[in-house]
Formats: sequence, structure tokens, C-alpha cells
Amino acid sequence: MQLLVNGETVTAKEGDTVAAILEQLGYRGETFAVACNGDFVPRGSYDETRPNSGDSLDIVAPVVGG
Amino acid sequence: MEKLKLYGKEFDSRLLVGTALYPSPAIMRESVAASGAEIITLSLRRQSPEQQQGKMIWDYIRESGCQLLPNTAGCKTPKEVIALAEMSREIFTTDWLKLEVIGDDYNLQPDPFGLVEAARELVKRGFKVLPYCTDDLVVCRKLLDVGCEVLMPWGSPIGTGRGLMNKYNLQTLRERLPDTPLIIDAGIGAPSQATEAMEMGFDAVLLNTAVAKAQNPVLMAEAFRLAVESGRAARNAGLMLKRQTASPSTPTLDMPFWQQTASSGEEV
Repeated sequence: MQLLVNGETVTAKEGDTVAAILEQLGYRGETFAVACNGDFVPRGSYDETRPNSGDSLDIVAPVVGG
Repeated sequence: MEKLKLYGKEFDSRLLVGTALYPSPAIMRESVAASGAEIITLSLRRQSPEQQQGKMIWDYIRESGCQLLPNTAGCKTPKEVIALAEMSREIFTTDWLKLEVIGDDYNLQPDPFGLVEAARELVKRGFKVLPYCTDDLVVCRKLLDVGCEVLMPWGSPIGTGRGLMNKYNLQTLRERLPDTPLIIDAGIGAPSQATEAMEMGFDAVLLNTAVAKAQNPVLMAEAFRLAVESGRAARNAGLMLKRQTASPSTPTLDMPFWQQTASSGEEV
């Protein structure tokens, strides 16, 4: 299936969890957070959340800000 | 000096600073230290695993010991705000949130309707909301009604350095909301403007660009620290009343060379 991850098209296996997708993309540690189709996905839900084809994932990390 | 009290926490410093726009991370860290700030703002943005900024900021955060105030900069709808707020709470492990809902891209003016709607939901979710708002008294009251305990009215639009643009409105806010912690957020360009805000009775000042874009950010951070302390001390000391006419400060009694004529009583 195809997903939009941070605005770019990414191919993942049908039924993959958020945890699997993050692993595939190389995200490790705890300095990022995830939203799926604009809704927050808590870290504790990564193993049970399964995006559908066409879904949009936002993966964010700390940056400087005013 | 009495402490600044926000959401049950006490702070010695009444200057809050942002972490953006500095020439380098090292100068940012040095500037924050020079400012004496105990509350710093930061944000979240999309990042690929290869980018290291997230880790760099994370490392600094752990060392700083400051109260973190993540913002929702760039959000235009309550839905965006809620998602970013939840992501911030998870990463930064704080309920504190600088709420921004932008209603106009040109002057980055807060959307008052979106602001109140988002604040209501965030308070329900347990966030300690510090909304970046305009100086409109009615909007400020609505934000208090939905559970905000601190308000952050703008001095002028973000990054303009124009200082306190509408002093009448700001003075009105201070007078009508005497028990609400009010922090002037945005638009402060010079230490003298920060002093003025403090002299008017505002509880603190939040700024970023004025320090980060100074020729010497570390020195400017120090200048703002002193300016805020000075303004607060002046407020506590009580400013004199303005007068229309001059009044000599040096005693006039026993002024030499002064004579009174015997016949007319006129001075000569």
C-alpha cells in the first residue's frame, strides 16, 4: 500500500502497523511523535494502529521555536 | 523581587525566551543562559530519521533545566492545534502549551474564535494553556472563561519589533484583569520596550527575535534581563504622576541673587 509520510509517498505492506512502518523508515528512540490523518497516535498505540492505503502520516520531532 | 507564579509554579525570572533564529545552537544556549530565563519556547516539525536537529534540541532540553513551553506555531485550526499539542505533550512530557492559532498570514494575528475553541478543548484534556492572543479585552475574558489561567497578549505582530502598539488596550487589560498573570508576547524589539511593559504592570515578557537577531545575541539577552528586572522594580516602586507644567526639583528657597523691591514687591 502507499502512504504519505511527511508529504512524501512511501510504500508499505498491507496491514503494517505504525510500529512496523516506523521501523522500516528508520525512526528510533523517543524524540518523535506521530499523527495519522491529522489525529495524534499515542506511542502506546503504535503496535495496534494499522494505517490504510492512502493515509497520511506526520512524524514530528523537536525544533527551535518562538 | 517577588516570584512569578504561573499554573502553580514559581519562577524568579520574568523573561521568557524563544529558541529560534539564533546564529548557532551554541549562541542560543549562551543567550538563554544570559537572559536568566527559566521558561523557553520550542516547537515540533516534520523530520526524517536522518535529520539530527531533533536530537540536538532534545539534548539541550535535558541539560537546560528550564520549564518547557512548546508552541503550536503555524496551526490555523483547532484540529491541528489539538494534534500538535498531544504530540508535544508526549515528547516534552509537559502539559504546558503556548497556544497559537493563526488567523492571518500577513501579520500572524491570532484567530480569536479558533483560539477560544481550541483553548476550551485543551483545558478539558488537561493542558495548562498559555494563549498568544490579541489585546482585545472580550477575547481575553472568553479565554479565562474556558479555563486559561495565564494570557499572553501581543505587544505587536511577531517579529516586527514595534513594541507596545496599542497601549490603551494593554492598559485596559491590566486594569480590568488585575489578578490574571499577563505576559506580553511578541513584538518586543528593544529592552526599553520590555521595561515599559513591566512598568505598566505586566507580569512578564516573552520574546525571541529581538535577542536572536541582535548583532550580539548574548549581550542583548543580558540587556533584556536587566530591562525586565528594572521595569518590575519601577512598577513596584510606584511611578510618579505625569504633570503638564514644569516643577523645579532644586529648592527655590534661599536662591542667591534674588531680591524683592521695597516699593512694588516685584522681583528684580
